[in-house]
Amino acid sequence: MASGIKDKVAIIGMGCSRFGERWDCNAEDLMHEAYTECLADAGIETPQVEAAWLGLCYDEQSMSKSAMSLPQALRLANVPVTRVENLCATGSEALRGAAYAVAAGACDIALAMGVEKLKDTGFGGLPGRSMGTFDDQWLPGMTAPGSFAQICTSYSEKYDIPMPELKQAMAHVSWKSHENGALNPKAHLRNRVTEEKVLNAPMIAYPLGMFDCCGVSDGAACAIVTTPEKARQMGKQHDLVSIKSMQLALSNGAEMFYDSWDGSYAMTAEIASQKAYREAGISDPGEALDLVEVHDCFSITELITMEDLGLSERGAACRDIMDGKYDREGAVPCNIDGGLKCFGHPLGATGLRMVYEIYQQIHGRAGDRQLTNVRQGLTHNLGGFPNRNVCSVAIVGRHDMH
Amino acid sequence: MSETGITGFGGYIPRRRIHRQAIAEAHSWAIPGLKGLGRGERSFCGHDEDVVTMAVAAARFAMAGTTDATVQSLLLASTTLPFADRQNSTLVGEALGLSEDLHTADVCGSQRAGTSALLQALRASSGSPSVVIASEQGFSKPGSVRELTSGDGAAAVLLGGENIVARLLGSHTVSRDLVDHYRSTGSNVDYMLEERWIRDEGYLKIIPDTVQRLFSKTGVVGEAINHFVVPVVAVRTAQQIARACGIEATAVADNLQGQCGDTGAAHALLMLVNTLHLAQPGDKILVLGFGQGCDALLFEATPAIDRAEHFRSIQDELNKGSADSNYMRFLSHNGAIEMDWGIRAERDTRTALSALYRNRSTFTGFVGGRCTACETVQFPKTKLCVNPDCNKPDTQVEEAFRDKTGHIKSFTEDWLGHSVSPPFMYGAVRFEGKASLMMELADFDPGQVKAGDAVCMSFRIKDKDAVRDFRRYFWKAVPARSSVDSSSEGE
Repeated sequence: MASGIKDKVAIIGMGCSRFGERWDCNAEDLMHEAYTECLADAGIETPQVEAAWLGLCYDEQSMSKSAMSLPQALRLANVPVTRVENLCATGSEALRGAAYAVAAGACDIALAMGVEKLKDTGFGGLPGRSMGTFDDQWLPGMTAPGSFAQICTSYSEKYDIPMPELKQAMAHVSWKSHENGALNPKAHLRNRVTEEKVLNAPMIAYPLGMFDCCGVSDGAACAIVTTPEKARQMGKQHDLVSIKSMQLALSNGAEMFYDSWDGSYAMTAEIASQKAYREAGISDPGEALDLVEVHDCFSITELITMEDLGLSERGAACRDIMDGKYDREGAVPCNIDGGLKCFGHPLGATGLRMVYEIYQQIHGRAGDRQLTNVRQGLTHNLGGFPNRNVCSVAIVGRHDMH
Repeated sequence: MSETGITGFGGYIPRRRIHRQAIAEAHSWAIPGLKGLGRGERSFCGHDEDVVTMAVAAARFAMAGTTDATVQSLLLASTTLPFADRQNSTLVGEALGLSEDLHTADVCGSQRAGTSALLQALRASSGSPSVVIASEQGFSKPGSVRELTSGDGAAAVLLGGENIVARLLGSHTVSRDLVDHYRSTGSNVDYMLEERWIRDEGYLKIIPDTVQRLFSKTGVVGEAINHFVVPVVAVRTAQQIARACGIEATAVADNLQGQCGDTGAAHALLMLVNTLHLAQPGDKILVLGFGQGCDALLFEATPAIDRAEHFRSIQDELNKGSADSNYMRFLSHNGAIEMDWGIRAERDTRTALSALYRNRSTFTGFVGGRCTACETVQFPKTKLCVNPDCNKPDTQVEEAFRDKTGHIKSFTEDWLGHSVSPPFMYGAVRFEGKASLMMELADFDPGQVKAGDAVCMSFRIKDKDAVRDFRRYFWKAVPARSSVDSSSEGE
């Protein structure tokens, strides 16, 4: 069995732009904003970056299809640059590419950059995408809210939880994220909302109302990685952060075309998280994880993710959420930075933005939202639709953890 | 040459209806005279229906219980075909899953296209099964009489040599170029002439001339006619015509104005199908098609007309309707006004026609696969079985989904996704054999769908490509009652 990525790669610098409706910026400007912070944090110069990965999903919206925009914006030193795209896990994929290259010994220092500029479409919500010449001719032109909304009907039916009760727990999820986002100067939405306001919002896709949906925004986030040995040589002795696991699971058609999946959970998230725990050597995630950054594209997604990650028992997420288990003061604070709910979801940047929060928390730099004694945390992305998706789970933590 | 007659029949009327009063009231500021026509309701195509989709639906009802592969000819009559140059009847044949060894033709150009197609097919057939479909989606200018009196719908009859329910006793056609109305090539709407002139010089002269010649050919007299299928809007005019032909006024068949309206080139066949449900053995049915002359077809019901109950009735189609007074929706669905659907609606819906061609049995025929190793039913048919416990290569045989009943697993009503009939409704549908499909839902009202609902498959417009003036079709899930008639199954 492969030994995995655990502790083979250290993150020595991270940066994150302010997320939001960045009417003032091009995608290149956002990358530069994140990179400037990241470079200073790492304490290196651009010529030391030996390879780079660019995570960009909606290429036609912001930049060209190739990787060219990244080396051009940052004036990288004619190094190999690869563009990756894997739906909502795109940012995590950029980090995976850079981390694997370092772990393989292909280079000492690599950059992972994720960026998306969504606010030039002229309308709210994500841009429509072609599903290809085959699927476009038969699959409904689903939207993200329309597809994730269907988890609610399946979940409500499976666990016999009346829709109003489920909606109440979902409202608590959104309320909690807004409470957290209000404390984060880089978040897009920094307003507090009441659960009542969440429940009475206009319907987007039944039963998801407006506040059950995350925002759409522009943003960039990045990381510089190297080996722990190299990091120590560079003088980074204390608070070194390393990658504990990086796992990915993709649907192979079973959920979509084979009637064995009941639609109440994400099959891939269950698989990816179990693999990630194994890679990181975690047996009790609720105990081992000090915080989680999960893909709350919709409130219901966060709710079922608590079960998919094994943090809540199946069917018990509503109760745990209402008990405050995932609130700031709870046992496993979830989306302490405000999540997709308050950051919006620039697809290329999101995965790296999540790692950024855990990295900042470990370093004690999280300002008003700083948690105490953070050792390690988990990031989770769920891309595509519940019945056909890519799920990424990564765990990062202090390198000196045993 | 063996005898050919009608062996199956069916009709389709869209679920969408509008109260005529709502149309008349909308125009009362300008044309108060329309108020007199403001009774009853008319049918109109949903945003995803047209002549082709209605034709497929009507033919499926007519063919219920037959072995599709035996059909050797398909005629589609209409003056409002979606494609002027792409044979619509071939598309309909593929949607019906008929063999490609099929004679097909579109019959157009006149309000009597339906009866002309029926006559052609009866003459050409040598007892082998053939299908004649008439389908019409009428477009009319706001404020026109036609806007109130017309309706959309389709009818189909299956012809063959076995189980004949009605046989042709004789026919006669008079061709006479009376221009009661016309529509030039490239135009969308009719130019109408004065109704009194049409009645006096058209209906009351051309029809009696034709009928008398038919009677002298066949030796049948007017009093012998039990059902007079005369597709004329005004009942009084129809009765005048009957009198002029020596036919009892009571024989005049229901012209379906109450809940449907005049479906143009489809109307004679739609009225005929309705009449066949009422006919007794031995009844004589005189069917007329009027337009630049007249087709007259005289049928006699056989004892096998008892089989009528095995086919879905027009009455069921009328009853399934959902009428409202939303004139703006009526205009929008008819393309009479252009709504602003926002930038999201600008998304390109180009169809890769090479991909459509190689996958046409998938998209048009709704043919998926069944794994011969594990019996899993799946859509689409692929190289490797989708069952995670099987995944075997090259095990799948063709499995048609058209006639399957499914059940809704999950669904949503999406107000964000673009639809010209919001909310955009779709959901996962499960089928026997472990198949699961994400499908668009049609003919449901918001708030009406429930998990577990039974659904049937209906051939519909999937997308319209305004840039290239193309439309593509696929199958949608509709409430079980409004697709294949359950009473026709198992025949």
